Amino acid sequence: MKNKNTRGIYLHIPFCVRKCHYCDFLSAPADEHTKGQYVNALIREIKEAPAWLKEQGSQTFAFSTAFFGGGTPSILKAEEIVRILTAIRENFGFTADAEITMEVNPGTLTEEKARIWHEAGVNRISFGLQSADDEELKRIGRIHTFAKFQESFRIAREAGFDNINVDLMSALPGQSMESYEETVRKVLEMKPEHISSYSLILEEGTYLYDHLKEFPELPDEDMERAMYHRTCEMLKQAGFIHYEISNFSLPGRECRHNQSYWDRTEYLGVGLGSATLIGNKRFTGISSLKEYLKADKDDFRECQETLDTKDEMSEYMFLGLRMMKGVSLRAFEDLFGMSVMEVFSESVDKHIKDGTLKLSEGSLSLTERGIDVANFVMSDFLVD
Amino acid sequence: MADVKQEQIRNFCIIAHIDHGKSTLADRIIEQTGTLTKREMQEQVLDNMELERERGITIKAQTVRVIYNAKDGKEYVFNLIDTPGHVDFNYEVSRALAACDGAVLIVDAAQGVEAQTLGNVYLALDHDLEVIPVINKIDLPSAEPDRVKAEIEDVIGLDCEDAPLISAKNGLNIDQVLEAIVNKLPAPHGDEKAPLKALIFDSLYDSYRGVIVFCRIMDGTIRKGTKVRMMATGAVEEVVEVGYFGAGQFIPCDELSAGMVGYFTASIKNVRETMVGDTVTDEENPCAEPLPGYKKVQSMVYCGVYPADGAKYGDLRDALEKLQLNDASLNYEPETSVALGFGFRCGFLGLLHLDVIQERLEREYNLDLITTAPGVVYKVHKTDGTVFDVTNPSNLPDPTEIEYMEEPIVSAEIMVTTEFVGSIMKLCQERRGVYLGMEYIEQSRALLKYELPLNEIIYDFFDALKSRSRGYASFDYEMKGYERSELVKLDILVNKENVDALSFIVWAGNAEERGRKMIQKLKEEIPRQMFEIPIQAAIGSRIIARETVKALRKDVLAKCYGGDISRKKKLLEKQKEGKKRMRQIGNVEIPQKAFMSVLKLDEE
Repeated sequence: MKNKNTRGIYLHIPFCVRKCHYCDFLSAPADEHTKGQYVNALIREIKEAPAWLKEQGSQTFAFSTAFFGGGTPSILKAEEIVRILTAIRENFGFTADAEITMEVNPGTLTEEKARIWHEAGVNRISFGLQSADDEELKRIGRIHTFAKFQESFRIAREAGFDNINVDLMSALPGQSMESYEETVRKVLEMKPEHISSYSLILEEGTYLYDHLKEFPELPDEDMERAMYHRTCEMLKQAGFIHYEISNFSLPGRECRHNQSYWDRTEYLGVGLGSATLIGNKRFTGISSLKEYLKADKDDFRECQETLDTKDEMSEYMFLGLRMMKGVSLRAFEDLFGMSVMEVFSESVDKHIKDGTLKLSEGSLSLTERGIDVANFVMSDFLVD
Repeated sequence: MADVKQEQIRNFCIIAHIDHGKSTLADRIIEQTGTLTKREMQEQVLDNMELERERGITIKAQTVRVIYNAKDGKEYVFNLIDTPGHVDFNYEVSRALAACDGAVLIVDAAQGVEAQTLGNVYLALDHDLEVIPVINKIDLPSAEPDRVKAEIEDVIGLDCEDAPLISAKNGLNIDQVLEAIVNKLPAPHGDEKAPLKALIFDSLYDSYRGVIVFCRIMDGTIRKGTKVRMMATGAVEEVVEVGYFGAGQFIPCDELSAGMVGYFTASIKNVRETMVGDTVTDEENPCAEPLPGYKKVQSMVYCGVYPADGAKYGDLRDALEKLQLNDASLNYEPETSVALGFGFRCGFLGLLHLDVIQERLEREYNLDLITTAPGVVYKVHKTDGTVFDVTNPSNLPDPTEIEYMEEPIVSAEIMVTTEFVGSIMKLCQERRGVYLGMEYIEQSRALLKYELPLNEIIYDFFDALKSRSRGYASFDYEMKGYERSELVKLDILVNKENVDALSFIVWAGNAEERGRKMIQKLKEEIPRQMFEIPIQAAIGSRIIARETVKALRKDVLAKCYGGDISRKKKLLEKQKEGKKRMRQIGNVEIPQKAFMSVLKLDEE
């Protein structure tokens, strides 16, 4: 039950210069030798993926999106990225209009890297800026300044990248509405095509979580919501389209790769701990670096869950509702052979009455109030 | 059996404060009299219900017959009648004592005399039982056997000169206890020729044999075919089997005669026909009058019991029916709550009894329950002159129809070390206690006497007592009667709707404080929802306290990409499960545990 027109590949690069205080991703600093070994293992995984897909009853296909995420993929050598992309081309191929994104940590980009990536086919850059306030950046453990970001941004533009995202964070420790607005303003001045703004999630096991008392106070939830709504206002004013809870873009510049997660199209994940969705199975890559480096054939990933129709319906709803366009009633019925109302009429009625959902032009979507309490709404769209 | 002379029978029980080693001594007696090999011994064979073993409390009395070859060369029959160890079961204790001729008093060598020790000793002396003291746990480093012996002599007036010093745990000096039972406890002296007169001290429902009646034969003989009559309930049945108690099993025999302890069956379908304390006689040759002391067991504490899942109502009814077969003191009748749907108003002997039943329903019958706040039985005198009992706050008539109300009062004895007398007196005062007096047991300990309203002690009095005395206070009480009192019904409104299952009856002077505590507790228990929820406590139409559960402002995940989906789905599933465990009152979701929160109002 998948839309099979697009397929993506996610490549996880679990290395960074230094772990940020809020980060709970699978990433850590590493030496050059380890990184080199990792790239070799990653290429091995790509080469063996066609045979693995066949075993799963699937097949090889050309990717319409690719996403280098991390960690900080930009700390790999330029030629390593080239080798990885070559391996994908040799074993799968890309569609003519493929979107290929590289996550970049400001301060790790050189003119040479930008040029080589661009030549190798990378056509979208996603900068992890987080804040334009150097104090805030330092406080959360970022390695760069805003000036460094401006320089990296200019390098990317000069190398020919015309599709750039900037990641921001709100509700940081000690952050005020003024400083957050200032960040948004400064970023808009750079004229990126895409902005993601995430409220800080305090994750267990992070430095911030364990040392919270040493940080200035976190904004309360009213302030956090105010920042969120201010983001929507400012970006809409600047001509951005709010297309997912935390994602905004100029028209036509939505991130196609990320959309594939919310649309539930198939994707192949390669690299440490990355998720794969093929057919009705979700797989997770092994998470031990030591084992990954010597992994072979079938043992790069294991099946995490087999999804039945109920799981797929549930996921379709809660992922679909993340997007502002919402869930198309027709698309749902086409996929599942049942209408949304047949399955969820009680929840739909309740939330429309509560003002958390709206039904318009054949799509069910969250209202502004609904976004604030999205989990509360979504948990009513899980099928028993 | 028939050839056993009464002189060679000893019918006795062991009395003790909780944890002083009653069950352990019983085990040792059974072990050393040789009716069981060590391998057959289960730890504490007398407490055979799973729950009893976990709580270390004997709930249902068990009885065992053992054979002892005494040092005088004769063979003695010991009937060891076990007694429940909690104040909730005081009446059952008194009937078990009435079946005995003597008692072994066991006192902890480190802790000495406690309130329950006293309560039980007085009860035994009331029944003219010979009491022999035994000092246990002398192996403990903190044991002070001489001090405890002196204390028993001072406080109770029992001669402790020859009291065996034992360690039931290690099996030390148990033979001295056995010899003391032979030499110091009297033999029964019933009249075998007189008409049958037997005391029922317990009963048990068995799905094959019907009710198994535990009895002590005072006079006469009972055998298969005897047509027996229960003198209080009037039930008449023909005896199918008689026998005595092996350890954990029933051993049939031909007959039971005066002085003996045993059981009979008679195809009786319900334990309500064979009430504890009733007298069994021969229908064709009845005794002149029944044994004294029979009382109809009355429920002291009531609460609503509802299935968490309304569809399980039938299962709950079946489970209660089964439990009642074995427990004549459990009462229930159907009731309906607007908030909780269909359920039962259940009556219990006390809070422990309530706890035990609730746990058995949940554990043995796999039911998920919501129970409402326990309450006592109030007597309502209406303006039209009628009087009736109220066990459910919802049934309280309009205040204009009430002339006055009465509530049950207990006489309580609390034993406490002198350093805590002040804090315990303060507690009793807070609970509306009327101070009757204080006696010094020895220099460091005092016995406080109070009258307390039952509804002040049914929730958490025992816990409060323990926490304010660092565990040193012990407590015993008995019903005194009813007294007039200023009582009001406290209603709880959630989002302006009265939630009937949360109403309770409270002393007017405490109403505001309890109302305030209650809604503060509810505020913590009710999760934030899409809108603001006022929670109010009211007496009649007067609102006495208010809290607000703020509207849910934020519940959204900023990020959800490929690697997050499984984890986020689990999070949403958990949230959904939480919603399922809620009760819908108007448009507010109230979690199940909120209905129980009233029980924990007095946590300090």
